[in-house]
Amino acid sequence: MADIRNNFVGIKSPNPFWLASAPPTDKAYNVERAYAAGWGGVVWKTLGEEGPPVVNVNGPRYGAIWGADRRLLGLNNIELITDRPLQINLQEMKAVKKKWRDRALIASIMVPCEEDAWKAILPLVEETEADGIELNFGCPHGMSERGMGAAVGQVPEYVEMVVRWCKQYTRMPVITKLTPNVTDVRRPARAAKNGGTDAVSLINTINSITGVDLDTCSPTPSIDGKGTHGGYCGPAVKPIALNMVAEIARDPETYGLPISGIGGVTTWRDAAEFLMLGAGNVQVCTAAMTYGFKIVEEMITGLEAWMDEKGYATLDDFRGKAVPNVTDWQYLNLNYIAKAHIDQDACIKCGRCHIACEDTSHQAITNMVNGVRHFEVLEEECVACNLCIDVCPVENCITMVEKQPGEIDKRTGKVVSADYANWTTHPNNPMAKVAAE
Amino acid sequence: MGRLEPGIHSGRLSPAEYEKNFAELHPVFNDHEALVASDRCYFCYDAPCMTACPTSIDVPLFIRQISTGNAIGAAKTIFDQNIMGGMCARVCPTETLCEQACVRNTAEEKPVEIGRLQRFATDKAMHAGKQFYTRPASNGKSVGVVGAGPAGLAAAHRLAINGFNVTVYDHREKAGGLNEYGIATYKATDDIAQKEADYILSVGGIDVLDGEMLGRDFTLADLKAKHDAVFLAVGLGGVNALTVEGTHEYGVVDAVEFIANLRQADAKGDVPVGRRVVVIGGGMTAVDAAVQAKLLGAEEVTMCYRRGQEHMNASLYEQELAASKGVLIRHWLAPKAVHSHGGHVSGMTLAYTHLENGLLKETGHTVDIACDQILTAIGQTLDVAGLDTVKVEKGKIVIDEEGRTSVAGVWAGGDCATGGEDLTVSAVAMGRDAAMSIIKALA
Repeated sequence: MADIRNNFVGIKSPNPFWLASAPPTDKAYNVERAYAAGWGGVVWKTLGEEGPPVVNVNGPRYGAIWGADRRLLGLNNIELITDRPLQINLQEMKAVKKKWRDRALIASIMVPCEEDAWKAILPLVEETEADGIELNFGCPHGMSERGMGAAVGQVPEYVEMVVRWCKQYTRMPVITKLTPNVTDVRRPARAAKNGGTDAVSLINTINSITGVDLDTCSPTPSIDGKGTHGGYCGPAVKPIALNMVAEIARDPETYGLPISGIGGVTTWRDAAEFLMLGAGNVQVCTAAMTYGFKIVEEMITGLEAWMDEKGYATLDDFRGKAVPNVTDWQYLNLNYIAKAHIDQDACIKCGRCHIACEDTSHQAITNMVNGVRHFEVLEEECVACNLCIDVCPVENCITMVEKQPGEIDKRTGKVVSADYANWTTHPNNPMAKVAAE
Repeated sequence: MGRLEPGIHSGRLSPAEYEKNFAELHPVFNDHEALVASDRCYFCYDAPCMTACPTSIDVPLFIRQISTGNAIGAAKTIFDQNIMGGMCARVCPTETLCEQACVRNTAEEKPVEIGRLQRFATDKAMHAGKQFYTRPASNGKSVGVVGAGPAGLAAAHRLAINGFNVTVYDHREKAGGLNEYGIATYKATDDIAQKEADYILSVGGIDVLDGEMLGRDFTLADLKAKHDAVFLAVGLGGVNALTVEGTHEYGVVDAVEFIANLRQADAKGDVPVGRRVVVIGGGMTAVDAAVQAKLLGAEEVTMCYRRGQEHMNASLYEQELAASKGVLIRHWLAPKAVHSHGGHVSGMTLAYTHLENGLLKETGHTVDIACDQILTAIGQTLDVAGLDTVKVEKGKIVIDEEGRTSVAGVWAGGDCATGGEDLTVSAVAMGRDAAMSIIKALA
């Protein structure tokens, strides 16, 4: 039986599924329900400095986009950090941690970008016996207008500075949460590392407007006829998060820096993908907000079953295994030839592969053969672009079949080579490095 | 209590039971149900559902319009091909047409509910009184249409919106043909046939003359003299009669008439039905009669068909519907004699049959079934009165691919003509296409 216990920068939890700092972790009631449901850890909703708490809007805080049958694909929020007094949060955190010793409890913090502010709050958090802190440098809405959240995360120098203060004033492990609202996520990651962070977590939410109300001419979610950009998360952002995690995992400057993966984790499979790209654990929010805390049962059992099937005894057995396979386009093997293949027994004859290929790609799929509706790949036209697979409604009906060395590529008429050859040496590349004669 | 009263009586059930029994079979989708159902459509290329539809409705497009909140646009997509899309959504045997062709059948044996989605869109447009077509100024040409059923009204509408003056002649009191008089009550509730006819006629340019019967009140020659073209959509006015002993007795009823009376009855409890009913036939009419006899409170309804299940014209869906309502369907039984007592039907003798070298033969064994009422549904026939020299073959008016008969200037379509499928939807297609041919011919 697979052992999915997690040790992330010394913080132990029975599984790698943490709840991200967000509405679900706002207070003891929710957090205890999460622990009871089986969540391995919780990042408490972001604490602000002592004093009158922030206030939230009293209209809609969330907006969404949906797929078929109104499945929620993307969620946007304009909620701020905790709007409860600091002392209440600290008291509850201390009581909860005392009761749930085996679970991870992390305090998310966001205070002004001043040394004294950080110096003041860190001992208070330490007193709760929380396992670590997460620096919220990510929130793209509201708090960033006040010079916090993403306003810090977007400036690598600030990131490094604040991390350094935190490492100086607390013994707790420091996790730096990064914003995706930057051009190159490696720069704030490197800065955090230079400041001495123990880990980074990413991604925070992405700036977004989920829609426009066509009757009121207002962006949604709409407050009294006006809207503002909010933070976007959920299944729709997973590809963006995976790329950013991979960029940091394979960057020579941050290689080996522990990563807590966040962004659209909805099933065990999503979690396994983040771990394979180098994340040490994952944080979940939208899936819990959509379906409730019970989903962690599916995540735990799914991950265990898959690990058993693959023979992975611990999370470390597969963590980071996909990182060496993330490369730059120029190093992809141009001698690799594949062709789409349609399983005629699985095909339901919807014709979407044909029309996608015919109208928008390479005219490589039939729609009629001998007067009969029939969809088949024309290998002499197929460039293996994958669009047919992407639009096919039946899983595994269309597959990419690799051409073996020695076979003929009917499109080019050339024999498939067993040798690896990429763009850097391709004759069409003006920058090609030609081997010395 | 009336329920078990022998003989043929009305009022066998309570008013509440009648109401429940004759409520709509498939109520209209609400907005949420329509969204969920429309989500399942794959928007197929060269969609098989569209090919399977006799009127070639662009099904993927109208379903996508529903899924994006444009039900009115969806209705226009439907009406462009089939002005009776509302009735067809209710009565089409979708399980053998569009829904049978749906790729979701191949995928998971559960097609997109195309019929109910079509109903959703067409109801929205009709309730909103949304008219998509305007009649241009009259082109001064006139077409006479005989029969105000699906073929006749479809042709009249297409002609009217192309500027023709149309006169529709029908011997009945109401327009709609079989939509009004022939469809099972629970498929056409809320006076839908009249509402649809009114919706179609409201485009203007169409006069409907009721009580006017070809061969009785006017001749084909009269029409040819009066109009630039004639479209015959007279349907099948006659019925085959049982040719066994005893059919004159009280209690032997033509199923077509039984269904029509039930449709026209304001209170279903007023319609008399036997305690034990035998229905002779294996088609849609037989099923509609059998099911409705059961719904009227008959204790036992036995449908007897002289061939096997595989030969029945009623779709499998209709057979299952009948079974679910408690109708017993018996195969390989042919009527031999009707028995009576005191002038009232008391039972039937039927012969067991089988196939010998492909020919239907009696086996020599018989069975007696006690009953107080016999509904006969053994086929409808073309009433040839008034057709003059129009060529008729095997009981149908012979037409070419454009609906032209053997007589110049005379077109025909619907159940009376060759090539149809005895369905509302194919009648609409034939009417529409004949109209297009007339428009071309008179251009």
